[in-house]
Amino acid sequence: MTKVASRLKLLPAVFAILACTAVALGQPTADPPGADPSATPGNAVAFYVLAAAATLAALGCVIATNIVRMALCLLAALAAVALLYFLMAANFLGVIQLIVYAGGTLVVIVFGVMLTSRVYGQKLRPRPGETALAWLVCAALLVGLVAILLQTTWPAAPPPTAYSVREIGQALLTDYLLPFELASVLLLAVMVGAAYLAAPLRQGAKKC
Amino acid sequence: MTRFTAEDALRSRWSPDAKPRAVRAFLAIAVLLAILTALLWVLATRLTGVPYLLSTLATATALLLALCCLGAAVAIQFSHLVGRILLRMAFPIFIVSLVGIILLAWAPSLLYQRVDALRAQSDNPGTPFLAAAEIEAHLTGAPATGRGWAALSAYVLWPLQFRLTRDVLAALGVLGFVSIVGAFGIWWERKVAGRMQSRLGPMRVGGWHGWAQSMADGLKLIQKEDVFLAGADRVLYRLAVYVSWPPAVVLFVALPFSAAWVGRDLDVGLLFVFAMLAVGVLGVLLAGWASNNKWSTLGAMREACQMISYEIPLGFCLLIPVMSAGTLRLTTIGQLQAGGFHTWLAFQNPFLLAAAILFFTATLAECKRAPFDLPEAESELVAGYLTEYSGFRWALFFFAEYAEMFAVAALGVILFFGAWHSPLPAHWGEPWRQGPLWQRALHGVLFGGPLWFVFKGFCLFYVQLWLRWTLPRIRLDQVMHACVQVMLPLAMIALLGNAVWELLVSPGGRLAWIVNVILTAIGLLTLLTTVGIIAYGYLNRRRLVGELAVDHLPGA
Repeated sequence: MTKVASRLKLLPAVFAILACTAVALGQPTADPPGADPSATPGNAVAFYVLAAAATLAALGCVIATNIVRMALCLLAALAAVALLYFLMAANFLGVIQLIVYAGGTLVVIVFGVMLTSRVYGQKLRPRPGETALAWLVCAALLVGLVAILLQTTWPAAPPPTAYSVREIGQALLTDYLLPFELASVLLLAVMVGAAYLAAPLRQGAKKC
Repeated sequence: MTRFTAEDALRSRWSPDAKPRAVRAFLAIAVLLAILTALLWVLATRLTGVPYLLSTLATATALLLALCCLGAAVAIQFSHLVGRILLRMAFPIFIVSLVGIILLAWAPSLLYQRVDALRAQSDNPGTPFLAAAEIEAHLTGAPATGRGWAALSAYVLWPLQFRLTRDVLAALGVLGFVSIVGAFGIWWERKVAGRMQSRLGPMRVGGWHGWAQSMADGLKLIQKEDVFLAGADRVLYRLAVYVSWPPAVVLFVALPFSAAWVGRDLDVGLLFVFAMLAVGVLGVLLAGWASNNKWSTLGAMREACQMISYEIPLGFCLLIPVMSAGTLRLTTIGQLQAGGFHTWLAFQNPFLLAAAILFFTATLAECKRAPFDLPEAESELVAGYLTEYSGFRWALFFFAEYAEMFAVAALGVILFFGAWHSPLPAHWGEPWRQGPLWQRALHGVLFGGPLWFVFKGFCLFYVQLWLRWTLPRIRLDQVMHACVQVMLPLAMIALLGNAVWELLVSPGGRLAWIVNVILTAIGLLTLLTTVGIIAYGYLNRRRLVGELAVDHLPGA
């Protein structure tokens, strides 16, 4: 239907790839005892369950043609990834994931969708050009991820201590200020996308 | 085909000999179970170790069932008398069950302490966990025999040393607490609504002021048909409640009821609670959209609108106490306020007090409470996003709402109003903390602990109820205006002011002291005025409320 809608589909594809590769390569098993408190059998089981849930939800999001169902699948994928972060003791990251994506981005998407009556029963079908673009972006991302995975020595050494929120905050506002500010444009992009979806079509009203 | 007449409807469905038959059946089952109990007890005396435990458990179960059957038989035989006694005893039953719940929640913490003490004095600290026989040996001071009370208590204590058991117990406790908050909150809301409108509210179920009304409603709603609309999106319609309810429960995991009473003491506890509140909205949105009904969709849209807008001032208001406390860990923020009424964060500087009031207003909008209850506005939107829901799904939405209401009230208590500390100066109770059990219990009642936390939470909860039945609902444009043009600038000013205050005013200095004294005096005055108004209203209830309600008011 629209470009924005098909772009939305890229996000879960990223998660799908991430989760699959994580399952394939980064399994947290067979660590030496006492090295990592999270490497218990229970956590391994939880990891596989969550990774599978994230993958399935992301696939569902890509396959679904109804945009609200897509949003629900996206929520499931985001929540599963947030739980993965919690499992890896990255509490701050997990919580921010929930607040920014699930509580912010997704609500804005659904809100935008609900403002437009024409999405009711509308099937989303990306045009060939959009599909090609999506494949291109996904492929680029896959290449990047695989490159990173190949460069890393497995099993990767855990950080010596868990980073506190204070350290993360200081790092974000000093060393990583520019990426941080760039990332905050994301919500604006979502807002623009939602407005685009919701706005009445001025030219070419018979397109949808 | 026989016709159904009015006489048939009035006639009892029970055949006259049903009562003696039921009594005989229950007595027979009781006798059989008593025989089984005796046999199992004989078996238990001949065993040791785990089989002994199992047979003792079976004996106890059989005995309990036998007593239940006996009780049922007696209750059926003398049903008239028993019913009358139950009605007369309704208030004591209510109070005893309340105290029982508190004791039931307290017991595990004592058992945990006992187990931890045993593990600390264990001979070989290398092994992380004790075996049941070791615990028994520790308890009796003699070699384990695998029999008797010591063995039984050892088997009870043994699983409690594992994290998993404690987590399961904590999860059960959270679920139980949320259910109680939901059931009690709904009943309370109806009572408050009744009182404010000079009527009675629920009066019948349970005997004492209809205290069991919510349980009866729950029983009804479970049986009620789960209606689906032909045009609704079935999958989303079913799933919406599972997006709305779990976050409201899960946030209690990170909510500290006291320094030690917390499921997971997260370093980002505050953010976690905030995230869960934010995720819960999606359930409402999906419910409204999936119902395929104009009223529902309008309700959901209003909810989204309201939530996105009010999250911003709410976030600013959360930042202000975090700025003063220097941490996101809720237990640390709570511990900072130990020491009495004047150490509560709301009375530290004027910006924190402003933030407390703004926070409360923003959470009203966040929980869809009046005057911001536009999503379900029953006079315009039928029931808003809940219009098409029936049965237990509908009930779960309400449970989520009441759980969130208590959660935001509790968050306000933690951030601004002294968390689990009582207003009494803490150093008065210091010697009691290490005393015998009764002193520690009294310390928990007087100087702080989960009871104070729940009490304060319910005080704010009550203000939410009270506002709902006092204030009119405002229009959507007024809601937006209040957020963007009033609350947001005020929250920003409070944030800036607090930052400047933290930079310029030294914590122990004279200015901080004077402001603290003034704000504490204002807080005390407000509290005393409220109590005074309540007392005045109670003393003059005949003049103010009217005879009908007064005759049923407690203590009238």
